[in-house]
Amino acid sequence: MTRVVVTGIGATSPLGGDAPTTWSAALAGTSGVTSFDNDWDEKYGLPVMFGGQLAVDPADVLSRPETKRMDRSAQSAVVAAREAWADAGSPEVDPYRLATSVASGIGGVITLLESWDTARERGAARVLPMSVPMLMPNSPTAYVSLDFGAKAGAHAAVSACASGAESIARGLEIIQAGRADVVIAGGTEAPIHPGPMADFAAMKALSTRNDDPAGASRPYDTSRDGFVMGEGAGIVILESEEYAKARGARIYAYLSGTGMTSDAHHIAAPAPDGEGQRRAMEFALAEAGLTIADVAHINAHATSTPVGDMIEARAIASLAAEHADEIVLSATKSMTGHLLGGAGALESVFTVLALKDRLAPPTINVTEPDPELAVDLVRDTPRELPAGDLAAINNSFGFGGHNVALVFTTA
Amino acid sequence: MASKDEILAGLAEIVAEETGIDTGEVTMEKSFTDDLDIDSLSMMTIVTLAEEKFDVRIPDDEVKNLATVGDAVTFIDGAQA
Repeated sequence: MTRVVVTGIGATSPLGGDAPTTWSAALAGTSGVTSFDNDWDEKYGLPVMFGGQLAVDPADVLSRPETKRMDRSAQSAVVAAREAWADAGSPEVDPYRLATSVASGIGGVITLLESWDTARERGAARVLPMSVPMLMPNSPTAYVSLDFGAKAGAHAAVSACASGAESIARGLEIIQAGRADVVIAGGTEAPIHPGPMADFAAMKALSTRNDDPAGASRPYDTSRDGFVMGEGAGIVILESEEYAKARGARIYAYLSGTGMTSDAHHIAAPAPDGEGQRRAMEFALAEAGLTIADVAHINAHATSTPVGDMIEARAIASLAAEHADEIVLSATKSMTGHLLGGAGALESVFTVLALKDRLAPPTINVTEPDPELAVDLVRDTPRELPAGDLAAINNSFGFGGHNVALVFTTA
Repeated sequence: MASKDEILAGLAEIVAEETGIDTGEVTMEKSFTDDLDIDSLSMMTIVTLAEEKFDVRIPDDEVKNLATVGDAVTFIDGAQA
């Protein structure tokens, strides 16, 4: 089977406008969560007035016409993709051997809602013709394909908060199926708008810790009260090992296995037994030819919800069994908030960098860990990972019962 | 009501905002497609924004007749009345 490597990474996140800045801030245990500077509480009664807002506005990086033609979700994807591509050495790839796999969980929702505002307030004739190409959920992958002339296919897996991870898994499949040598893969989201904020708040999914935004995302802490909405994108450049080595590319890590399962339990709630999550991890490890004993680090999905965090933690603990002590667990959403469709991609960037630097990033805001937590949680400061061949898992789960596990291994 | 010079200046601002073309490049004799490389979707965006800016109606059938910037300025000038 063709092995797949990661040769480039890019990100724009609440912690920084690029991957190195984001990673440094994460290792320093910084929170990227801040209060909203607007009147959405007074105007709409919005109960949650904070989020993981982008550290660098894509409009400050892109040209004005680019900003006007792309929804914020596509803007972030293009910013991160350009960084990742340059990071991979801007390879000269045959366009027919280059594909994209970049997802968003909900698509260009800000564009959609603003278009409706325009139609309602000023009439249908005032709606801009670019609205459809901006709001469609395949817009980010399509814009990335345009940017790099990728003609082998432009894909966008949609699985809510697992979309970014699933897109990376699909990237591996595209290469292993022989349909491309290089895939620009990842995820993005731009959900910070009173509409989606109200929707998620109505589900009681969001933390309401308005008086302490930076302390609101606290996965595994006994006082966790919901996730923190975040925005941004993560991108990885995937290549077949053969192609990467032939062009002398720097290899960060291998994407050695992917596991995807579905709960078929509930449209939003994860199955309480975590069986689907565990199976996803097992499949990914089996595909990589590894066992849980090889895993040194897990970047957990852990969004800081009262129920979800411990379902995953129990699934990990049951799978790890006697190896639980050898795994260090990080919940980076404590710092970034939850980027929904961008989450699995940004956390893949973190997982790849953790293997490369042999440093597991910290989980912040945990003052009183859930007494049930039976895995070694990295708190406040990074933890060194051992020398030698290592594997790490990045978990992502989405509303709808989507479970995706990605196994990365050291180069 | 805007004068023809004001219409040209306003149109140039819209084109610049949409395409990144310098306002100075948007002159009366320029063809939207051949000189300014504006595709049909961008043209529809420019029309929509111009309708709002100058408070005129530019029917879809008329858009295909607006080959040059001057054509658009003349049409908007006439439609203002």
